[in-house]
Amino acid sequence: MLTILALASVILLGIVPQQSEGIVIYTGWERHALVGSDIRLSCSFFSWRWTSDDVTFSWSYRSDGARDAISIFHYTGGAPYVDNKGPFRDRLEFVGNPGRRDGSILLKNLDYGDNGTFTCDAKNPPDIVGRASSVRLLVFEKVPIQAGVITGSIIGAVLGLLLLIVVIYYFMRFLVARRVFNLSVSKHGKKGKGKEGSQQRQ
Amino acid sequence: MLLLLLGIVILHIAALVLLFVSTIVNAWTTGSTSSSDLWNNCSTTNGGYHCAPANTGEWIQAVQALMILSIIFSFISLFLFFCQLFTLQKGGRFFLTGVFQIFASLFVMSGAVIYTVMSPTWVHGSEAFGWAYIIAWVAFPLALISGLIYVILRKRE
Repeated sequence: MLTILALASVILLGIVPQQSEGIVIYTGWERHALVGSDIRLSCSFFSWRWTSDDVTFSWSYRSDGARDAISIFHYTGGAPYVDNKGPFRDRLEFVGNPGRRDGSILLKNLDYGDNGTFTCDAKNPPDIVGRASSVRLLVFEKVPIQAGVITGSIIGAVLGLLLLIVVIYYFMRFLVARRVFNLSVSKHGKKGKGKEGSQQRQ
Repeated sequence: MLLLLLGIVILHIAALVLLFVSTIVNAWTTGSTSSSDLWNNCSTTNGGYHCAPANTGEWIQAVQALMILSIIFSFISLFLFFCQLFTLQKGGRFFLTGVFQIFASLFVMSGAVIYTVMSPTWVHGSEAFGWAYIIAWVAFPLALISGLIYVILRKRE
C-alpha cells in the first residue's frame, strides 16, 4: 500500500513539471531610498527546471512620466552587460548570482531623476513563459514616517505609564503592609503566626 | 438618589458617544466637494467618491493618538465608576473615576487644540471646519464637567 502511494507521488511529481506554470519572477513592490544613497534592487525567479547555463536576466527602466522603458542591464551567456550610454552609466553594478537564480543590481548615488519603475525579466531555457515583475523606486530627501507609527507609540507610552503607575501603587501598598506587619511584630514581641523572612528588629 | 446616579451615568455615556463619533466620522473639515478627518481625505471628483489616507505628518498622528487615548480613558473611567459604586465605603469619593474622566477631557482638548493650531496647513482656503471637529470641542467641557462631578460626589446610602 505504502509503496503504491510512494510510486504515485513520484510519478505525479514527474508529470507536473511537464505542464509547468512557467517561470515566476519576484522583485519587491516598492523601494524607498534617500538622495545620494545606494540601493540594491533584487530579482529572483522560481522555475521547475534546473538553472540552465543559458539563463538570462534583463532590467529595464521607465521613468515617471516617460512613455516607454529603456533597457539598462542584460545578463546572458554567463556575462553581465551594464548600461554604458543611458541614465545609469557608471552607476550600475551587477551584484547577483545567476547560479542561485539571483539577478540583483546595485544602483549608486541616487537622484530625484531616478524615480520610476524598474522591470526585471528572467528566462531559464526551456522555461521561458512568464511575466516580468516591476518594482517602483521612490527617492526622498528624508524618509517619511510611516502612518500610525507615532500614533501607536504615543498610545503605547501613555498606557504603559498608566500600567506602571498601577503596578508601583500596588507594590508600594504591598511593601507598606509588610513593613507595618514587621513593626507590629517587633513591638509586641512574639506573634502567633510569623511571616517567612520577616526581620526581627531589636 | 437613583435619579442622580442615572443622570450622571447618562452624562458620562453622552460624552463617550460624542468622543466616538468625533473620532470616527469623516467630517473634521468639509469643503464643497471634499471632506477629511484624522484618517482620510475624501473627495467627490467626477470620477466618483474616493478617499486617500491622510498625509503622514507627525501632528496628525498625535491628534489621532490623543483622540483614541481620550476614548480609552473615558471607557476606563466608566468601568471604574461601576466598580467603585459597589466597593466604595459610605461617604467616599469617586476620586479615581473623576481623575480618569478629567484626563480624557484633557486629551480631547489637546487633540482639538493641536488640530486648530495646525489648521492653516490642514484646512485649505475654500474649506471650513466640519461638525465632527465641533463635536470634539463640545465633548471636552462635557467630559470635564462629568469628571468634576465625580470628584465632588460623595457616596450616600
